[in-house]
Amino acid sequence: MIQNEMSRRRLLGLGVGLGAAASMTLAGCGGGSSSPDKAGSAGNGGKDYTGPKVDLKLWNGFTGGDGDIFKTLVQQFNSEHQNIAVSVVTYQWEDYYSKLPGAVSSGNGPDIAVMHMDQLATFAARGTISELDDVAKNLELSEGDFAPTVWKGGLYNEKRYGIPLDMHPLGFYYNKAVMQKAGLDPNKPPATKDEYTAALTELKKSGVQGFWVSPFQFTGGMTYYSLLHQWGGKLFDDEVAKATFNSDPAVEACTWLVDLIKQGHSPANVGQDADYLAFKSGKNAFNWNGIWQINDLKKSANVEWGVAPLPQIGSQQAAWANSHNFTIVKQRSANENKVSGAKVFINWLSQHSLDWAKGGQVPARKAVREGADFKALTEVNALAPELEYAAFPPATPGLGEVILTFYNAFNEAALNKKSPKQALDDGVAKANKQLEDNRKKYGN
Amino acid sequence: MADVIEAGAARDSAPPPAGPTRRRRATERGNRATPYLFLAPYLILFGVFGLAPILFGVWISLHQWDLQLPNRPFIGFDNYQDLFSSDSAIYGDWWSSVRATGIFTLFSVPLLVVVPLGLALLLNRSFPGRTFFRAAFFAPYVLGVAVIGLLWRFLLDANLGLVNRLLGAVGLPSDTPWVTDVPWAWVSLVGVTVWWTCGFNAVIYLAGLQDIPAELYEAAKVDGAGGWDRFRHVTIPGLRPVMLFVFTTTILASANVFGQAFLITQGAPGEQTRTVVWRIVDEGLRDYDAGRAAAMSVFFALMLAVVSIVNFRLFRYRED
Repeated sequence: MIQNEMSRRRLLGLGVGLGAAASMTLAGCGGGSSSPDKAGSAGNGGKDYTGPKVDLKLWNGFTGGDGDIFKTLVQQFNSEHQNIAVSVVTYQWEDYYSKLPGAVSSGNGPDIAVMHMDQLATFAARGTISELDDVAKNLELSEGDFAPTVWKGGLYNEKRYGIPLDMHPLGFYYNKAVMQKAGLDPNKPPATKDEYTAALTELKKSGVQGFWVSPFQFTGGMTYYSLLHQWGGKLFDDEVAKATFNSDPAVEACTWLVDLIKQGHSPANVGQDADYLAFKSGKNAFNWNGIWQINDLKKSANVEWGVAPLPQIGSQQAAWANSHNFTIVKQRSANENKVSGAKVFINWLSQHSLDWAKGGQVPARKAVREGADFKALTEVNALAPELEYAAFPPATPGLGEVILTFYNAFNEAALNKKSPKQALDDGVAKANKQLEDNRKKYGN
Repeated sequence: MADVIEAGAARDSAPPPAGPTRRRRATERGNRATPYLFLAPYLILFGVFGLAPILFGVWISLHQWDLQLPNRPFIGFDNYQDLFSSDSAIYGDWWSSVRATGIFTLFSVPLLVVVPLGLALLLNRSFPGRTFFRAAFFAPYVLGVAVIGLLWRFLLDANLGLVNRLLGAVGLPSDTPWVTDVPWAWVSLVGVTVWWTCGFNAVIYLAGLQDIPAELYEAAKVDGAGGWDRFRHVTIPGLRPVMLFVFTTTILASANVFGQAFLITQGAPGEQTRTVVWRIVDEGLRDYDAGRAAAMSVFFALMLAVVSIVNFRLFRYRED
């Protein structure tokens, strides 16, 4: 049939087109190796810069309200420094970390990159970012100027790669209206295990499931991460050679959290964001969520809420936290002027981090944190005490994927697919293989 | 992918008609170059953007190829071996993602072949408001995966979603975990995908239906064929090339599922709804292990090529 022939030919054309399109996914991801970098020690470590005018590219992932605050700060910096012009590029964090390596190896990367603390070791081991020890030394920055937990997080192999800007911990949000309805004092959020379970019981009596346990990293996984540390557990052993999140304290912490679902303090199968949406709409009383939600809640006029440090459920205080750090990206062709300009910028912004706190983050710099202006930021300030016991992940390259294994193990336990013990045992078995793989890859 | 094309080409490789020899000799030179000249524009594009990346991908897959580490040793077939050795860190994840993609493809393809056919048959009749309905059924397809993903994640939420609320209102169970437990997560993913993409297949069927000459139906009617007979003996054979196309592209599209699972179920429970393409993206772009990601891609492409060859053979067999 003629018509069949026609269609067949058309079909072939389409087939080839599809083939070509599909193969694009395999397409080139080459790129040269970066040249040995001598620019790490350029300039006088960020005190000032007097050379010719430099243009600096800065990448960050501040897509929320924090992005605008950051841009305002950069504008202020540019107007105060005639010979340094910083331009900002913003990506979603998820895209950011996958774009950065390719951009850097092809020579299109930024000069300064904002990075989460748990990514520093990976990018340092890959030679993407330079050492910043001289910045710390010349500016006479030391552990005393920052919170020790945050300051130490910028180290990898005892060398500094990140200058901390802030820290963002998990906080305890409580819905005052819901508490009031259940006869609880809305100005006295529970702070201990007994108070917490007593409050949940009262809430249950008033018909509210008080603490929705999300099975996902945001926020259930981070809640469990905090509890595991509260029970005295650790994700990894000291050498980060073995995963230890199936230890007895870890299993106990997981069981406590998952049992809340069985006891009816949380519905089963909580969806992504459902815990927080339920909190805002008065169906959920307590939510352990990131400090970044403060700004969102401030915009929600009809929600009566408060925020406090995480209650102590286990034997000690602990809270999930991460931190934004400034890093200087190694370039294929080193430009000393750019590097010293970048250092000036990092130092300047670190000193101006109070404005950054208005974006909803706890400034890493002690002087800023202890100033009266920061104390006036009531909600963000409420979470500052957590800085002392914040549980940051260890500085080991390639740890991101291993921690996702941890979150997935919790997911299976929270969705009742496996018992906590079983889920965590399986997770540890897989994590150990990943750690071994990483050791081979990064040679440590 | 190259194999798919070859398989398609093989179908057409009937022996060339024996032309008069004298005429061919006269224009031999022109004859030889002409087909290649006609092919050239596409061939160059295909070579640069199709073939070369495929070969480069195969090359990468034989190395421990990290996007940034300068040391990229040749490791032979180790990356492939890792996919099959239960000791490797990626073995479990890899096969669970293959399983996830397999389940999704198995259930979505039949629905995406049959439902749009039914739709196309209905939309091919003339009735008032036909254009409106044609547009309405095609409409979801124009939405991006991010839009439909977020939309359905909230609609299907077990505790806050509209779907469960409506089910509860009519007396059905209102606590079905649509996106956090299997098999419900599969029902959601397949259902959403059918809703989202069936309009596209329906449009292709519709075009195919309009290609079937009306005389054939008339002749069948004269011969006393009923509605079902006309469908079986006129519509289906007339649509065969279109069906082959729909079948092949739908299998490939379903096997490449990523966005729906990424946004709606987020792989939950555990990693049970984490698909192959997602795994490859993670391996290559999150963990920067281009070697392993390339090995996965090559292996996955070969699997799809086999499926497509079988598919072409099946349809050819029927045609003979």
